[in-house]
Amino acid sequence: MGSILEINGPLVRLQLPSVVLGEQVSVGAMGLVGEVIARNGDTALAQLYEDSTGLAPGEAAVGLGHPLSVELGPGLLGGIFDGVQRPLEAVRLATGDRIARGVQIPALARDRRWSFSPAPDRLAEMVLNGGDVLGSVQETASIAHRILVPPDVSGELLELAPAGDYDIDATIARIRMRDGSIRKLSLSHRWPVRQPRPFRRRDHAVQPLITGQRILDTFYPLLKGGKAAIPGPFGAGKTMLQHQIARWCNAEIVIYVGCGERGNELTDILESLPKLTDPRTGRPLMERTLLIANTSNMPVVAREASVYVGITIAEYFRDQGYDVVMVADSTSRWAEALREVAGRLGQMPVEEGYPAYLGSRLAAFYERAGRVEALSGEHGSVTLIGAVSPPGGDFSEPVTSHTKEIIQTFWALSKELADARHYPAIDWLESFSGYVGQAAQWWAANVDPGWAGARARALELLSESEELRRIVNLVGVDALSSGQRWSLEAAELIKEALLQQSATDEVDSYASPEKQYRLLAGLLEIHRQGIKLVDLGVPARRLLELPVMYEARRWKTRYGDDNLAALRERIAGLAQDFMKLEAEYAPTLATGEPAQGGAS
Amino acid sequence: MKNLEFRTAASARGGMVVMAGVPGVAAGTRVSLIDHAGRRRNGLVIRTSDAAVMVEVFEGTDGLDLERTWVRFLDEPYSLPVSRDLLGRVFNGVGQPRDGRPPIVSGQRRDINGAALNPTARAYPREFIQTGLSALDGMNSLTRGQKLPIFSGGGLPHNRVAAQIVRQARLLGEAASEFVVVFAAFGVSSQDARFFQDSFEESGALERLVMFLNLADEPVIERLLTPRAALTAAEYLAFELDYHVLVVMTDMTAYAEALREVAVLRGDVPARKGYPGYLYSDLAEIYERAGRIRDRRGSITLIPVLSMPSDDITHPIPDLTGYITEGQIVLSRELHAQGIYPPVAVLPSLSRLMKDGIGGDFTREDHPHVASQLFASYAKALEVRGLAAIIGAEDLGEGDRRYLEFAEAFERRFVGQGEDEERDVYASLDLAWELLSMLPVETLTRLGEEELAKYHRLKQP
Repeated sequence: MGSILEINGPLVRLQLPSVVLGEQVSVGAMGLVGEVIARNGDTALAQLYEDSTGLAPGEAAVGLGHPLSVELGPGLLGGIFDGVQRPLEAVRLATGDRIARGVQIPALARDRRWSFSPAPDRLAEMVLNGGDVLGSVQETASIAHRILVPPDVSGELLELAPAGDYDIDATIARIRMRDGSIRKLSLSHRWPVRQPRPFRRRDHAVQPLITGQRILDTFYPLLKGGKAAIPGPFGAGKTMLQHQIARWCNAEIVIYVGCGERGNELTDILESLPKLTDPRTGRPLMERTLLIANTSNMPVVAREASVYVGITIAEYFRDQGYDVVMVADSTSRWAEALREVAGRLGQMPVEEGYPAYLGSRLAAFYERAGRVEALSGEHGSVTLIGAVSPPGGDFSEPVTSHTKEIIQTFWALSKELADARHYPAIDWLESFSGYVGQAAQWWAANVDPGWAGARARALELLSESEELRRIVNLVGVDALSSGQRWSLEAAELIKEALLQQSATDEVDSYASPEKQYRLLAGLLEIHRQGIKLVDLGVPARRLLELPVMYEARRWKTRYGDDNLAALRERIAGLAQDFMKLEAEYAPTLATGEPAQGGAS
Repeated sequence: MKNLEFRTAASARGGMVVMAGVPGVAAGTRVSLIDHAGRRRNGLVIRTSDAAVMVEVFEGTDGLDLERTWVRFLDEPYSLPVSRDLLGRVFNGVGQPRDGRPPIVSGQRRDINGAALNPTARAYPREFIQTGLSALDGMNSLTRGQKLPIFSGGGLPHNRVAAQIVRQARLLGEAASEFVVVFAAFGVSSQDARFFQDSFEESGALERLVMFLNLADEPVIERLLTPRAALTAAEYLAFELDYHVLVVMTDMTAYAEALREVAVLRGDVPARKGYPGYLYSDLAEIYERAGRIRDRRGSITLIPVLSMPSDDITHPIPDLTGYITEGQIVLSRELHAQGIYPPVAVLPSLSRLMKDGIGGDFTREDHPHVASQLFASYAKALEVRGLAAIIGAEDLGEGDRRYLEFAEAFERRFVGQGEDEERDVYASLDLAWELLSMLPVETLTRLGEEELAKYHRLKQP
């Protein structure tokens, strides 16, 4: 038992001799919780997860004996938790619309019973190791929650409960540890958030994460178990893009960490997700989703913790053999929380006030992503997508530049595109993906062998068009040759008919890989047909007047995923659209007579 | 601690007084100081231990004689008396009357710091608020519970725009009578304060208005309390009396500068441009008080006005604001120079929640598409204008010339309107169709074919 010596914002200095670094402490009459960040002789410095107003020197302080940890077990899915895993819905029922301080409510509901079925091959006297499956609980219609032996437990199984309904605290197994002590296991266990959960080995990621967003899947793919960043200034559509990913991606579990973001955005998710269904299972999307919310007006110290709480839960589902996507929005707020605490500690700032360890903390955090062979032998993955909010949209600032070195896929949002209402406003020149080679194998095997070539061709057109646009801006469009003009227009067509994708349009919001590829191939075919005519001497202007140029822009909304045969047929008939012009400029070809100029 | 006075101030420096020999003072305690001349100053405990208590003095420490200063620690936090009588009143930055009328008498007081809303208690903002300005209503609509700042610059007419919004804002439909405005101005000149007061008085808006004014020559630190006091009044009106409250506050730049001033005195490590690292969290504490709560009728909609230092939208104040608010209205110096009022630059402006507040249920079914088409066509028109600046308007094709005319008409007639001109949203939409009809119908790809048939002036899809 100790006492408070000094209070400075969320930092308290305590007379508390026996705590260890990282240990949780409870201080004052309100029982505010914090964690020890420094020790000096008999005194400890702790940062509180809540506002310290009203706390006075001399009040009591106790060490809780464990580091910040999360409770893992059935009941997580569909929940919304704060930055230290307090269940916000239960907090609301207990304390009303506004968050009171010092509320302690366990993350998993105690009054709920779960139907547990033991794994059939688990027999008494068997030796079990950390990560082994004891049985499962059907948590939602689509997710069987596997009950794992905690990673730090191994020994002889003495007893495993029969099938039946159990609450979260009931003992379902007893294990004699190597040292002879008996450990009782329940449906849940705790794990410290700052310690990555162990696994057997890393596994090479082989499958792309399909989000249904063309610019992402087709141009800058991300793999399951990969690391991606979405940097973008405000108003560039970062949130909308993340919502789209959370909504459509083909992962089994989605964890969304709202770290220092807007309250209304979380409300939007909370109100809209239960109404949406998972396209793969037909179940409400909320059943595969878990939200961690530390909105911008909630305490800063808990914000620093929130991303670790999220990633630890992600790892826990990964260990059960699931593909998990975690979206952290935004890692910049997390870094700022780090900076704020560092500032109060008087640590030497390096860049823009950030502490020197910013880069290493970021790298260690992203390193927790990956596809692994879990201790149980199951294969699972954690895909990590971090939003970055660079001040003023400046990508050279510390958080963006450090992140860029760590991640493999970079979806750069652009203010200019957003201002022109080009959504998703992902800059096709600034973005990159280090996974294209691996993704290409999947696309070739599952969609079309022409994918990699078509993708490269489209990017080439887009990059060429940037050059041409510069020329146009200087000397006007008339300076271009017909061929150049046509390339420019083809790039425009790709931008409008392919890259732009409306999140609010029912048909276009999600595009299957098949549809993505068909659209891409169709647009390239238009370009190819046009080149043929340009070579015959048809002015680009005439080509632009073709109705197909207008029509192709509506393909994405006209042909849904249930109607791709029609799209394929439409594309197969594209030559027809150009026939009349062709006949006009090459009458000899159309009539079968020798062409002018002597060529036969 | 209550009613005990101490005369143990050990040191004073730049707005801070350190007290010795007062053990057990809680963090965040309110402090009242009486100096040797009997003048009362207010303060707040920002750092405390048994050996020393650091007090931030809001009115500054100038002329403070440590030996003859009495310090009293008060038990209650900064609070505002609340009642229905707030409406129609004018207060200073900390909630004392400045209209010569008696103080609010009420048994109810509210801590001005508020408390964070539980995200699960929020209800999503919906329903349209009409401002009577086409650039907002038509293309950047405001919804109940939204926070939509106005980004302006020195010399731009943001005060006139803010005043016009306060005068004209209304709800459509039956909730119209439950609409009130809380207006807070901090760090403004007495001339601006007079302009606001006169403008609201003349239009009769004062009866449904609560005003908080902190003038440029009043204590800087009071500025940190003014938006909080205003939002406390708003929360009471919205969530206890069921009003739909529009909060307009100007100028957030003055607020952030006050925060920086105090942070420097406290010795906080600066992050960008000398602003403290917690500027984001601090602004969020203010902005996030807007919103709606499940199962409550009222709502708080917030329009903070801020002037961007050197028109720089990447400056920390607009930048951090933009990350918290749901969009922004940007005023343009260029349009202002051309005499267009209100000089709203529609392309960098954005209302994120617009899609949920407009359309058939709230305004008109064509509204979302018309807005999207206006954005697209105007963006294209500006591109053409850029081209015309290089190669000359004469060399443009017929189609491009129509875009130039469209841009001109759009800026003059749609964005531009009179300071007393109140256009309802239907008038704005009709005007939009009239202007869009200047363009070739096949370029209007964001509009549905039915809408084109119904509203396009040439009536041919």
